[in-house]
Amino acid sequence: MPSTRSLGDLVFARTEVTLALVIAVFVVIFSLASPVFFTLPNAFDLIESYAVTTVLAAGVFVVLVSRGIDISFAATTAATQYLAAFLAAQLGYPAIVALGAAALLGVALGCVNAVLTYFLRVESIIVTIATASIYFALLIVITDGSEIYNLPAWWTDRIVFLRYQLAPRESIRLTLPIVVMAVVVLATHLMMSRTRLGRQIYALGGNPEAAGRVGINILRVQLFVYGYLGFLSAVAGFLQAHRVGQAVPTAMAGTELTVLAVALLGGASLAGGIGTMAGVILGVLLLAILQNGLNLLGVSPFFFQVVIGMAILASMSFTAYAAHRRQRAAA
Amino acid sequence: MSNAMTTNGAASPFLSLHNVTKRYGGTTALDAIDWDVRPGEVHCLVGENGSGKSTLIKVVAGVVNPSPGSRLVIDGSSHHALTPALSKAARIQVIYQDLSLFPNLSVQENIAFEHLLGAGAAPLSKALMRAEAQDALRRLDADIPLDALVGTLPIAQRQIVAICRGLTAQARLLFMDEPTASLTRHEVDLLLSVVRRLQAMGVAVVFVSHRLEEVVEIAERVTVLRDGRKVGTYPAAEIDNRRLEHLMTGDQIQHAIRAHDTKGRPPVLEATGLSQRGAFTDVSFALREGEVLGLTGLLGAGRTELALALFGMTQLDGGELRLDGKPLHLRSNRDAIAAGIAYLSEDRLTLGINLRQSISDNIGVAVLDKIAARSGLLLRARRAALARDWMDKLKIRAGAASAAAQTLSGGNQQRVVLAKWLATAPRVLILDSPTVGVDIRNKQGIYDIVRALADDGVSILLISDELHEVYHNADRVLHMRGGHLVGEYVPGINTEGQLHDAVYA
Repeated sequence: MPSTRSLGDLVFARTEVTLALVIAVFVVIFSLASPVFFTLPNAFDLIESYAVTTVLAAGVFVVLVSRGIDISFAATTAATQYLAAFLAAQLGYPAIVALGAAALLGVALGCVNAVLTYFLRVESIIVTIATASIYFALLIVITDGSEIYNLPAWWTDRIVFLRYQLAPRESIRLTLPIVVMAVVVLATHLMMSRTRLGRQIYALGGNPEAAGRVGINILRVQLFVYGYLGFLSAVAGFLQAHRVGQAVPTAMAGTELTVLAVALLGGASLAGGIGTMAGVILGVLLLAILQNGLNLLGVSPFFFQVVIGMAILASMSFTAYAAHRRQRAAA
Repeated sequence: MSNAMTTNGAASPFLSLHNVTKRYGGTTALDAIDWDVRPGEVHCLVGENGSGKSTLIKVVAGVVNPSPGSRLVIDGSSHHALTPALSKAARIQVIYQDLSLFPNLSVQENIAFEHLLGAGAAPLSKALMRAEAQDALRRLDADIPLDALVGTLPIAQRQIVAICRGLTAQARLLFMDEPTASLTRHEVDLLLSVVRRLQAMGVAVVFVSHRLEEVVEIAERVTVLRDGRKVGTYPAAEIDNRRLEHLMTGDQIQHAIRAHDTKGRPPVLEATGLSQRGAFTDVSFALREGEVLGLTGLLGAGRTELALALFGMTQLDGGELRLDGKPLHLRSNRDAIAAGIAYLSEDRLTLGINLRQSISDNIGVAVLDKIAARSGLLLRARRAALARDWMDKLKIRAGAASAAAQTLSGGNQQRVVLAKWLATAPRVLILDSPTVGVDIRNKQGIYDIVRALADDGVSILLISDELHEVYHNADRVLHMRGGHLVGEYVPGINTEGQLHDAVYA
């Protein structure tokens, strides 16, 4: 290609670059508007409050890359959280049993989605809308919608790995949610970019027909993809209860949209095959900054829902436009 | 045709098929095929579109299960059916016509994809993949950046990537489905030299093609399929083009040139300097009244892009269109339809026909206004009459107009799509590869329909990469390459050979 790369080529070359630029613009705006916005303690609080979203977004990202979608993860999160809480608080099982059972349930519910999608040859959105409804309704029926408040101390005690005192009243803390989130992000990134399985997931999303022909075991890949999201749902369920100190069956209802928005903003696409973990992190960052910034400016929290909706629209249009540009360049 | 390596005729075949049959619903794609491939031989598998070649490949690749009673023997072990994994384990590789590449992965990953298979969560050796991909590209003398995403490459380079993937997999039997469709002569020569090297290494190569001038010269045996049956297997030395065509078509194609002199006729659709960024540049031509104008060129030459722009599906960046001398601005295909332009897509199955809907629904869909009452409700009687009328005129063989389109054969489906557009009474009809996937008899029928329409005054742009098809059915043939119109040929004055040499130069 000759040296005619325009600014547009650079900006549209990678979603990550575009996102970083957009984030930078908002950071400058909010910093000018609010004195507390661009401070380290605020940043760490912000990160922690988005840990659950990020963990779920990592799982949804993997599903999206495989050209699938999963709406049922919020129900799975609630179900696994409740199971662990029930085992730990009501029956007094140790942490390892409670969390192990939750993880197994998460993987199992994810695998149900994979099996239904694969064998019924139905769009995953249809399958997971159905299973989301079933999982959630079963949870409410079984639990009668009752909360569990008396979670054991190992679950609700704040765990701080590192503390750094900035000023007498100001400190930054590296807490459990942040560490777990970092581990999940790193593991997902390595898995997707450096392992056979990860590249098979991209291949499946890029051209499902060809994936079957070259000998990828599509059922196995799908079992992994949906099972992984199920597992991360269990992790998110644990973190969420850790932060709020109770297990509530309806706690996660309505978070599907935010998580999906984050993954799509980060460059993943419903058409599959594209997106990176780094992009998803930037997507989280953008939404977090928008929410926090608007909050500090005193904007109604309901307006944030408008922002999420607009963010999804913007990222969709962007992905379509960038693909169009690339296609033109290739032809 | 003489430099075929001598293989021991008695050598036990690497692959043999016994009584392989495949039925899809009512249609028989493969009918009791017995066939074998010897180790290290170059074998041509030829047949017209729809003769069963693709199905045969898919059976051997394990993508399609043959009907009960079929048997495949690979290297001595017998199977009733294969899976993709089994086929690959037997070191059978297929380069599909659609290339089966991953547009979102890099050239390197696409070529060395074998390394990405398997369950291992172990880290990949990217260096090894890189070396292997580099090596494969070098063997084809190709210069393609290893880190480029395949989706950003032009079609000819994608083809090379697909071939490289087949090369790296250490195949013992390599199928190439229409490998030369988008390659230039130089690239074909390189491919053939690679095939010779593979042959020397004991790899059997099966070329699957509907034209085989290039490959027959290094082949040992040629197998001809027609309508799902094996016509026969012949030593390549005994086969020339004329004989081959006879075997492939069963002599059902008329070879008369149908060109008329259309010089004096008034132009209907005039294009001046049409350009679309990344697709075609400075395209000028005139389509005259009642003329069949052929348009050909290699894959990726910009033919379909031009057709889409003429139908208003995409926007022009420059140039002028005139219809009957008046400027024509197409903002969408609705404008085109209103102006009397109809377009038969090359991708009939996904774009042209709704397989689950009835024949009459399909035929009526572009003229809903005509079959609706003043209230806006559709009149079933009027729609049925319309369907019956066109089914008669185009000799569509179907049980009833209410039958789903998917119950029809490829040729009859194509007639339904034609009927849909003819119902709009077009002045200009753009036919993009109208006989792909259509069997011989129906092909001839479609050619007859095209000519009859032209005789009735419809102006037809016939787009096809089958030179034979455009040469024998068009009044003039335009040659497109790299987005430019580079030549015009008149059948009868110019020979088919001249056209062939120009296109595959």
